[in-house]
Formats: sequence, structure tokens, C-alpha cells
Amino acid sequence: MRGLAEAFRLIGTLDPALLEIVALSLRVSGIALLISALIGIPLGALMGLSRFRGRKLMIALLYTGMGFPPVVVGLFVYLMLSRSGPLGQLNSPLIPQLFTPGAMVVAQTIISFPLVAGFTMAAVMGVDPYLRQQVQALGATRWQTVLAVLAEARIGVIVSVIAGFGSIISEVGAVMLVGGNIEGSTRVLTTAIVLETRKGAFELAMALGIILLSISFLTNVVMLRLQGKTFDA
Amino acid sequence: MSDVVYHLEGVSKSYNGRLVLRVDSLDIRRGEILAVVGPSGAGKSTLLRLLNFLERPTSGSIRFLDSEFSPERTLPLELRRRVTTVFQRPILLNRTVWANVAYGLKLRGRRQSAGQVQAALEQVGLTSIAQQKARTLSGGEAQRVALARAMVLQPDVLLLDEPTANLDPYNVGLIEEIVRTLNVERGTSLILVTHNVFQAKRLAHRIALFLEGQIAEIADAEEFFGSPRDPRTAAFVRGEMVY
Repeated sequence: MRGLAEAFRLIGTLDPALLEIVALSLRVSGIALLISALIGIPLGALMGLSRFRGRKLMIALLYTGMGFPPVVVGLFVYLMLSRSGPLGQLNSPLIPQLFTPGAMVVAQTIISFPLVAGFTMAAVMGVDPYLRQQVQALGATRWQTVLAVLAEARIGVIVSVIAGFGSIISEVGAVMLVGGNIEGSTRVLTTAIVLETRKGAFELAMALGIILLSISFLTNVVMLRLQGKTFDA
Repeated sequence: MSDVVYHLEGVSKSYNGRLVLRVDSLDIRRGEILAVVGPSGAGKSTLLRLLNFLERPTSGSIRFLDSEFSPERTLPLELRRRVTTVFQRPILLNRTVWANVAYGLKLRGRRQSAGQVQAALEQVGLTSIAQQKARTLSGGEAQRVALARAMVLQPDVLLLDEPTANLDPYNVGLIEEIVRTLNVERGTSLILVTHNVFQAKRLAHRIALFLEGQIAEIADAEEFFGSPRDPRTAAFVRGEMVY
């Protein structure tokens, strides 16, 4: 109860430290989700619609990716990006440094894109295979055919994005490892909850937890509204 | 303009080495209704897929309006879009009736098509349910939407693959009338695949009997029914089993 009261107080007073944490959480997970969708939806569509060599293997890899433990992804990204790691060594401005939001985006993208791609693939495979023949007969190009199939599978595609978002907004292992939970720089909701719980500040931790749940709930409501929309031009 | 829309020469189609269709020579005339009859597995639907350029022939060539479609050559999109098919099972998009009918026009990037969509819906008698979701329709209504969706494109050739196979007599009658009107008023060439000899008799100018992937006989309707040359055609016309 006190957690709840504290949560409302923090939200009501627009606590600047809290706002910063919330903003960073949304920014990191939002960018990671955007990249995941941009890669995952076309990849899922491709894998659902075409037959090529190595497709079975790719599906197996994708399914494995859907169950990756975030902390292992975190470890992997950590090793890659660390000063002596294969990517960190390059010192390229294109490669984010460890303990920055950029590194967190990389880790979360790796976590969420298999979910987006996997669920998109399943949704696309659920569409009547004769639909493609029908839209081609109506004059659709290859691209228009893929778009038509994705539009028919839209509920599944939106679920894939929701699943991708859920997997990273609530994820703590990877952001903790590669971000480092640095106050004012890489602290997000989940890592802040871990920290406050360890410090014994349960009210604050609870408050953060409630905020996290609310964000999750609100984004899902928004996405479900999208799902309800049809393509009536 | 030539009076032949399609000229097929030595066309064959195999799947995994199994020959399903072989047409040595076939002309399809502008403005005619050609019925393609025969048992299932005779290659009728395969023929329509080739004529709609959905699949390439394994060998031979299909000349369509002076362009060639063959194992090596594809048609330009513009020409491909002058043909469309209404299939046995109307696969409608999960949108409204209106959006389904407008879909093909949208693919072609045509704007200000509301009048055309409206006209097509009027032709099939479905203006009252334009805003209804396509998946809530009955079988007959769905097939009429599929027909409107094809007609709105004003194709040169409309391919009909068993369009009335699963419908009640009322809808069969409606669809036959719409199709006949389309042929008479717009001069659209129609190729109608059907199991139903009586439907072929009611609609077609010319009839081709396909057996085992080949044309057993092709003749004007009167001749096909009145004095068939091939004994198998005679049997088919009498409603006997020819396979």
C-alpha cells in the first residue's frame, strides 16, 4: 500500500530522477523495438513465404533465439563490445561503447528481434496460401503480394511486436551487464528496481515496479487499438 | 487489333517431371466465351494459371496481344494486369466489401475510383452491403464480390475457374447473367472452366474438352453438342463417364 502511495507521489510530483529513468527505459527499449521490427518483420515474412536452402536451420536458430536468456545475450554483447573484445577493439564510432545506452539498445535488439521475426513468420504461415495466387491474379507485384499477406496476418504481426516489447521493457540481465546501471546515464526501470530492493528501499522499488507495469499496460492498450483498425480505404 | 487474344504454341506444363498439360496449338478469340470442360485433373486449372501468367509453361509459348510469355520471357506488368481470374473459392481480404472491390485498382495506383467501385457493386447487386466485413458474407455474396473485384479492373480477359461450383441455383443464375452481360456489353473475352456441361451450353460460344491434359475436342457450341466428332465428347455431352 505504501508502495502504491509512493508511486503516485513520485508520478504526481513528476520527480525528475524518476522521469529520467522512465524516459531512458522507453528510449532504449523503443529504439531496440523499432530496429527489431524493421529487421524482424521482413525476415519473418521472408521465412514464412519462401522456401530456400537452410530455411529449416534458420527456423531452428530463430526459435532458439526466442528463448535466449537475456543475461547470456548481455554477456555476449559485453564480450563483443569490451575494450579487448572483437568489436570494441575497432574503436569505430559506429559501434557503441560498453556502459552506454547504445550498448543496451544492441543487447535488447538481439533479445527482441527473434521474437518479432518468429511470431511474424508463424502469422504469415497461417494465411491461406491461395491468397497469394489470388492477389497476384488481381495484378499484385511481388512486393504488393507480401504486403497483402502481412496485412492479412496483421493481428499476428502486432502480437509479435507486443511480444518483442514485453521481452525487453521487463528485461534486467542484459541491460545490467552492458549498461551497468549508472545513475543519470544507463539506469532504467528494471535495474533501478534491483538496486532499490537491495538497498532496502522497498517503497521506491514498488513504486518503480508499478510504473513499469503501467507502461507495459498502456503500450499494450495502444497496440491493441492499432490491431482493431482495419484497412478500409 | 488482331482478333486473337491468346495464341498458344506447343505449351506444356510439368510438375516434378509429371506432365499435366500439353496444348499443341490453341487460339482464343477476342470477345468470345470459351468453356473448358473435362474431369478434374485434366489440366483445366493449370491452363488458367498459365493464361493469367501466374506460372510459366515448362515449354512452348503463349502469345498474348503480341507479347510473348514463355519459359524464358515474362510479360510486362501492364500486360499481365489486363487479365484476371475469379477462382472457385473466393478468397476475400479481411476488409470491407468496398475495400475488396477497390483493391485491384489500388494496386494499380488509381485514384478517384469510387465511381468505378460503386458501379461494380451495382452490377453484382451488393451496394447495400458495401461497408460490411467481407468475412461475414455468404458463399454466393462472397463470389459476387470476387466477381466485382475482377470486373472493376475492366480486364481484356476474365478467367473463371469453376466460379459457381459451390453455389445455389439463385446465385448461379445471377453470376451467369452478370458474366454474359460483361461479355456482350464490354466485349470481354471469357474463359470459363467448369464441370457443368449445362453451364457450358448456356454460356459458351465455343467449348474445349480436356482429357488427361490435352484437348480432346474443341468446337463451336452447336457442333460440340450437336455433332461431336470425338466419341469421348459424345459420351461427355450425354453425361456419361469418359474417364
